[in-house]
Amino acid sequence: MEDKNKKSPFVTKVELGIIAFAIILPFIFDSSPYFQGLLIFVLMWVILGTSWNLLAGYTGLVSFGHAAYFGIGAYAAALPYYHFHISPWWGLLTGGIVAVILGYLLGIVVFRLRGPYFALGTLASAEILRLIFGEEEWLTNGHNGILYMTTWVSKYPYYFIALILALGAIFSVKFVMRTKAGYYFLSIREDEDAAQALGINTKKYKNISTVISTFWAGMAGAFYMIYMGFIDPEVVFALHNISIITILVGIIGGVGTIWGPAVGAVVMVLVQELFRSSIFGLAPSWVSGMHAFVFGLLVIFVILYMAGGILGDWDLIKKKLKFSRKVETSK
Amino acid sequence: MELFLQTLIGGLLIGGLYAIIGIGMTLIMGVLGIINLAHGQIMMVGMYLAWLFWMAFGLDPYLSLFLAVPLVFLLGIFLSKYLLYPLIEKDSILPENQVLMTVGIGMVLVELARFIFSSDYRSVKTSYSDKTIMLGNISLSWPLVIAFVIAILLTLGLFWLLIKTDLGRSIRATAQDRDAATLMGISSKRITILTYGIGSGLVGAAGILLLPIYYLFPDVGPIFTVKAFVITILGGLGSPIGAIAGGIVLGIAETFGATYISMGYRDAVGLVIFLLVLVFLPGGLKQIFKI
Amino acid sequence: MSILSLDKLTKNFGGLMAVDHVSFDVNEGEIFGLIGPNGSGKTTIFNLINHYYTATDGKIIFKGQDITNKKTFEIARLGIGRTFQVVKPLRRLSVEENVMAAAFARESTFAGARKVASEMIDFCNLTNVSNMKAGGLPIGGRKRLEIARALATRPSLILLDETAAGLNPSELDEAIDIIKGIRDKLGITIIIVEHIMKVIMNISDRIHAIAFGATITEGPPAEVAKHPTVIEAYLGSDYKMEGQNYA
Repeated sequence: MEDKNKKSPFVTKVELGIIAFAIILPFIFDSSPYFQGLLIFVLMWVILGTSWNLLAGYTGLVSFGHAAYFGIGAYAAALPYYHFHISPWWGLLTGGIVAVILGYLLGIVVFRLRGPYFALGTLASAEILRLIFGEEEWLTNGHNGILYMTTWVSKYPYYFIALILALGAIFSVKFVMRTKAGYYFLSIREDEDAAQALGINTKKYKNISTVISTFWAGMAGAFYMIYMGFIDPEVVFALHNISIITILVGIIGGVGTIWGPAVGAVVMVLVQELFRSSIFGLAPSWVSGMHAFVFGLLVIFVILYMAGGILGDWDLIKKKLKFSRKVETSK
Repeated sequence: MELFLQTLIGGLLIGGLYAIIGIGMTLIMGVLGIINLAHGQIMMVGMYLAWLFWMAFGLDPYLSLFLAVPLVFLLGIFLSKYLLYPLIEKDSILPENQVLMTVGIGMVLVELARFIFSSDYRSVKTSYSDKTIMLGNISLSWPLVIAFVIAILLTLGLFWLLIKTDLGRSIRATAQDRDAATLMGISSKRITILTYGIGSGLVGAAGILLLPIYYLFPDVGPIFTVKAFVITILGGLGSPIGAIAGGIVLGIAETFGATYISMGYRDAVGLVIFLLVLVFLPGGLKQIFKI
Repeated sequence: MSILSLDKLTKNFGGLMAVDHVSFDVNEGEIFGLIGPNGSGKTTIFNLINHYYTATDGKIIFKGQDITNKKTFEIARLGIGRTFQVVKPLRRLSVEENVMAAAFARESTFAGARKVASEMIDFCNLTNVSNMKAGGLPIGGRKRLEIARALATRPSLILLDETAAGLNPSELDEAIDIIKGIRDKLGITIIIVEHIMKVIMNISDRIHAIAFGATITEGPPAEVAKHPTVIEAYLGSDYKMEGQNYA
């Protein structure tokens, strides 16, 4: 929302560079489906993180239950297949829409809550869905989950679908933040009472923010189903592995910045895989168990020392780096 | 009727344990103004400590309360002093950054436990673990009865602390109005840090009391974190008496849910109550009873 | 012509009568002062007018329309702006962005909102800090930002809640000029709550005095200041002499 931003074109040169790089990237790793798979996961987290960031970082509605929308999107793709053999690919159409409907319904309950209560309300909503989808076997096949033979072995089509979704998420957020609605989201985040006194229909704009956010979370879920070919409630409605990690992706990259969640997603997957593979087999095998531990430490570090995240505190980080370089040269 | 009474008393006993989990959380929520998403994870640490003492020295879990709880208390002090309190003065876009910090703390604790103890399920099988006592036709788990009694003693002790001591009065004052308390000369820093320690110690004690009748594994915590905030919201923020009522209501609701609906929905019962209370009775039971 | 009428407006907080059957008419184009001791219900009246609180009883009529049960944002859109006694800046947004967010109430384009914002920023002497984050402004600036933001919603009536409190003498004169300008240059009707006698006695056309939520008297400043109950209630009986000095 800085002055210079408004004059800048909608897609900047740097962003074009990033997009071009993202298009070339899978071809660089042509021989390694493993790396291509990681890239796809990065993109999935970009979608989820960006979705969360619009709601939390820009509108001040800190959701602790984004797994609800991710999970319902995944099941929107999976259930018609399970019951009627309708291709899960339709999920890329319905996943987002079903998530928006859920978001609206949950909104009726959770928008009455503020601050920590909102956080708890969203967390509880996702947990309730997890339990229901686990128990109602007639509908969801319960904990056995739903299995689907994925369409392609090649990672390329999945990568580009994920890339389109991720860019869609990022630029839809960028677009809306350059409109009146964007100003209203920020006003609500900063002070809901003041926003109302300024004539802002806070309920309406919270709903608009929720619609956009939940749409992309649902799309990410539908994509997950199509790509992985298997879901169960413990996976897609997971409190820790989805809802919390989504938040961490947001805060590590930079809450309330357009590209922050993308940066956070890269860092998160990088840390996870570096440790899961024991730093590519160079370190002793016990290191592989430490990825969540290191990620937790990273979270603590970021919150303590760079509350704005990597992008939010970029100027600060640059200054620090410059300073330390100077110290080195002076030695 | 017997099933009903059995369920009711079973729920009441477990509710006593939930109460001390909830009191810890409600104090933290009242004084720090945050939800502690590491609550169950701190409980897990207490459980592992007691398990360790049991394995190493054959120390009875009830005796290791005296050893493990102070250690968990110190852990809480450490966490709040170096990780949570410094955030109070920091400006950040998300007012929830202390909550997120507790998430980070929880992750580190769980992974540390997994690293040291592996993901295996552990349990402490004492001579009395499977013992039951009969009350008419109703059978009660002996360890659960002991746990209930100790929970009551702990609660009484805590109330003595809150009502009779200066520290307790300061905690209550800070929970009611932080700014006013500071103006009255209460060091809000000291109270904040101590409260987190006390809350940690309480939930650690609850974990140890559960040990003889429960399994222990690194991920045992999160479900109790969820229970803790359900109890807190149910009872009313910052109200220890509310937390006792909330704990008992939750314990009873859960056992009834498990008996009469389905075992799988046991944990959902609490969450549904929680959402209903949030929306329809935002002040919790405290609002009804004015306590 | 009356722009706003309160008709036996009442607010009861669990047995405590915060506002007790208060009625008054505010005429278009006037500066209407609302005075009373601390806790007498002035801010509560503001909070009832823009519906932060729901009135227990009574009616609020704005330009002939009953707005008692309208929502806060609707009331703002109908043309009642307000400032807060405890200022509520959008802290992480710049001054300009704060005012622009308000300007969007009437303007749908960026350029339009910007134009309105820069006019109001200029009007409130905030131009040199317009790129500053609102959270970093000193108190005087924040008070003026409150006014600029309320004005940017293009109200026909503005409620000013202790905009002069906490200002130093030179800031005070600046504030008085701005407030007079709101009516004289922008033609906006003002209801003002103020503790500082110098301000309220100087600029109000009429004053409505309340104590314990109920009306004591209403009239021109000179008259109200002489009213014995006002002197007693507002200044305390010890200040009788000093109070009369204002007449």
